[in-house]
Amino acid sequence: MASILAVDDSPSMRQMVSYTLEKAGYGVILANDGKEALDIAHDTEVDLVITDVNMPKMDGITLVKKLRELHAYRFKPILILTTESTAEKKTLGKEAGATGWLVKPFDPDKLVSTLRRVLD
Amino acid sequence: MSIDLSEFHDVFFEECSEGLDVMESGLLELDHTTDSEDINAIFRAAHSIKGGSASFGFMEISSFTHVMETLLDEIRDGRRDITRDGIDLLLASVDVLRGMVAAARDEQAYDQPVIDEVHQKLESMLVTQTKVDTGIAEQKEDTASETVQICEKANVPREADQRITSWSINFKPDASLLRAGNEPSRIFRELMRLGELTVEADVSAIPPLSEIDPENCYIGWSLSLETSASREEIEELFSWVADESDLEIACAATRQKLPDTDVEPGTGKQAPIVSAETPGEVLVEASADVTPNVQDQPAEKANTSQVTKVAEATKNKSVSSGSGKESGSIRVAIDKVDELINLVGELVITQSMLSQTGVDLANSEAGHFDKLRDGLTQLERNTRELQESVLQIRMLPISFSFSRFPRLVRDLSSKIGKQVELTMTGEQTEVDKTVLEKIGDPLIHLVRNSLDHGIETPEVRKAAGKPETGRLELLAYHEGGDIIIKVIDDGAGLNRENIITKAMEKGLIGETEDLTDERVYNLIFAPGFSTAEQVSDVSGRGVGMDVVRRNVRDLGGNVSINSNDGAGSTVTIRLPLTLAILDGQLARIGEETYIISLVSIVETLQMQKESISSFTGQSELYRLRDEYIPIIRLSELFGTKSGKKNLEDGLLIVVEADGQHHGLFVDELLGQQQVVIKSLESNFTHIQGIAGATILGDGKVALIIDIPGLIQRYSKQCQQNECLLGAVS
Amino acid sequence: MNTTQTQAAEKTTGSAIETDNRLDQYLTFLLAGEEYGIDILRVQEIRGWSGATPIPNMPDFILGVMNLRGTVVPVIDLRKYLKLESIPFGKTTVVIVARITDADEQSERTMGIVVDAVSEVHNIASTDMKPAPEFGGALNTDAIKGLATRDEKMLIILEIDALMNNGVEQILNASEQE
Repeated sequence: MASILAVDDSPSMRQMVSYTLEKAGYGVILANDGKEALDIAHDTEVDLVITDVNMPKMDGITLVKKLRELHAYRFKPILILTTESTAEKKTLGKEAGATGWLVKPFDPDKLVSTLRRVLD
Repeated sequence: MSIDLSEFHDVFFEECSEGLDVMESGLLELDHTTDSEDINAIFRAAHSIKGGSASFGFMEISSFTHVMETLLDEIRDGRRDITRDGIDLLLASVDVLRGMVAAARDEQAYDQPVIDEVHQKLESMLVTQTKVDTGIAEQKEDTASETVQICEKANVPREADQRITSWSINFKPDASLLRAGNEPSRIFRELMRLGELTVEADVSAIPPLSEIDPENCYIGWSLSLETSASREEIEELFSWVADESDLEIACAATRQKLPDTDVEPGTGKQAPIVSAETPGEVLVEASADVTPNVQDQPAEKANTSQVTKVAEATKNKSVSSGSGKESGSIRVAIDKVDELINLVGELVITQSMLSQTGVDLANSEAGHFDKLRDGLTQLERNTRELQESVLQIRMLPISFSFSRFPRLVRDLSSKIGKQVELTMTGEQTEVDKTVLEKIGDPLIHLVRNSLDHGIETPEVRKAAGKPETGRLELLAYHEGGDIIIKVIDDGAGLNRENIITKAMEKGLIGETEDLTDERVYNLIFAPGFSTAEQVSDVSGRGVGMDVVRRNVRDLGGNVSINSNDGAGSTVTIRLPLTLAILDGQLARIGEETYIISLVSIVETLQMQKESISSFTGQSELYRLRDEYIPIIRLSELFGTKSGKKNLEDGLLIVVEADGQHHGLFVDELLGQQQVVIKSLESNFTHIQGIAGATILGDGKVALIIDIPGLIQRYSKQCQQNECLLGAVS
Repeated sequence: MNTTQTQAAEKTTGSAIETDNRLDQYLTFLLAGEEYGIDILRVQEIRGWSGATPIPNMPDFILGVMNLRGTVVPVIDLRKYLKLESIPFGKTTVVIVARITDADEQSERTMGIVVDAVSEVHNIASTDMKPAPEFGGALNTDAIKGLATRDEKMLIILEIDALMNNGVEQILNASEQE
């Protein structure tokens, strides 16, 4: 069973993402912001990270950069989850090392099917 | 899999109101500073609301917030100046959003005209006034439609298009592709879900082994796919890698089955894959079976115990690591906390029962029970600490109540043409949730009164030699077991003569009474003293001041006002930190024990005969220093038969309420202790002069005296007696 | 209590057609030589008399409040309430703690009712109950569910809500409006 680290500063989004993913059979760890996610990633090796972009303390783009510096996360799929679908944000994310992006609002079913693209 | 999102709505709504609070206070800050962190916080809040509302299907909220967000984004990027008008409009938008969220929560209709009006204003502000014209309108349109589009796409089921198309796909990734976590084999696996896939690898670019960088991708693929899926669906699967590869997707044929290929999906020749999971380990596996099993749903039936375990770890994690502004808060239903508080209350009572028994035993057996006593002492300390920390759960900072005032003061002062600077101190002072909720309205009354009638217009202030900008201060701090809240203004203050005239008109005071300033000022809290129309007559306040006092009293507190003519006034509210416990003085009257809140007690004294005098043969007064204090014989007022009759045999407890002193005549004092307040109302009824009951160490019920109520009861009785006398004469 | 409730429930379901014949259990108590019964499902517990804390300015039949495991409940002297002659409380004097539903059926209060002594538990079918004749005195006919006979003795079966609502509740509600 794959484990997923979901990072979002919005409690309702966290709940929704974790509910959806747990229902699909994934193990989910939640973090409130990039900093907290990075701390978790230091201790725990998850199979996939989904992160919001706009967050206090540490934004999603910075988180992606920092995660890629960790050995365990060099090839891990990292998705950014954002409402900003402008090419600029996607490019920023990709440059930082993100595997891909998910555009909010998303359909829960779609989230699950999209994840299959990067998870075994 | 269908997922019902409605169960997250409550969290979402709560989050929205928190977000709106953040936006409002941030916008108010922008009046003074242009801190980029403030703007970021406002933007983030708007952004979260937009994203959340779209995800949960509140499209109107989402599209409204979208316009705000665009405006905020421009401010954040420095493309737009922060103007007062802009802030006003954004504040109005916050109000509109708040209304929309409330309507969505209550499943009511939106107030469409208001929404449209503000929406229109936002749009027109967006179109104009930009610092740098960067084709924002165009960009805006683009993003505005995006929200809707995606949702439509998500909701509309895949077209029931039966046409089979053959696609030929050329996919040559950049060498760096694997480093971002993308894995071609997984993309191919997803392509196989769409139809029949044939994969051929082009391994010509693989360098000699010695030159291979195991983290690079050297292989290209030609794929052919027979599917009923649309081009968009195929492109979607490649969307994350399109920028990092040469990708060609071409339509080879339609309505045509691929000429006999031996290759079935999932078997046969498969592309060699560089595995990113094991870099440098195995480079090429010719004809290796890397076919992902299409049936293999991701862990749908996975080991459930493991799921739970991770889920639990998740919960622990998110509870323990919550930080920042939320200060590690958890949401707990209030009735759960109350249940806990009740249980701890029981524990306190049990503990005090035991310790009473322990003392009795220890006395009878002369030190034989030292250990028992030690144990009980420890139990007492533990119980007390447990109670304190449980009560802490209900405590919230007063800022929850204060936070509305910057907005209120800003709106009201500009409306009435006054300049007011608000300062707030001690916002982190904590108080019980119930107290906090109930003190909100009285505080609004007080602040409005200060603005309306306290602080003068700039012209008047200037003429009086004061700074044109008036000062309003909200202050909160702990003192003893209470919270003190002060509302201070440097306005005109109260006019003693006007109040006395008004009070005489209303029959609140007699003509000859010689009153202290304190007594005079506090007359404004008397019921019927003033109404809105009469306010201007008394140079000051009056709107609902009796309501303020009643609310404060209901919470077991008191309110008083002090004033300097021409220099401002200070309203002081004293409230208990919690409504669950009380620091009490135990007093005996006859066989009964009564409890008086320590806060109301001024002093306790033994009466001297020569200082006792009677008044019209009905009431008794005690002269204490230069003051005559009415003596309340509790046993008579309560109609109990027992208790001492001779005043010199007992004690006089001098209590204060509304700036007035009264003396309670009791037999003796028994000691002080913290008591758990039990409501009489749940099974019985409210009794004037009784605030509730508690259970003492011996298991007996003792009544807690409500001093203001008691004094009212006493005055009523005196008036009745006077009426009787009048009727007789 | 639980067993009683279950039995009662079984009886109800077992004889749905003969509802009128089902047996209800009544706790009987003595008051001035007469035997009264109340629905046992309303009785929370029975405890010995151990005093009450008087409440100011209440009619004399309200003895005050007592501590029922941390809850403060009012105590009624049933003799005084029914205007019977008072006797000193003795060894058999007990407090029957009962749940009373308000007249408007909105809320429930717990009350202690002081009686001379408890007697026993009787199974009585509602068909065995005779309607109470009109008679004077403090007891309103509404408050009497009926009369039953057991061992040649008359049992007065009380409707506890009506009994309390006609008097006690009025007083409590009146003082609330103060």
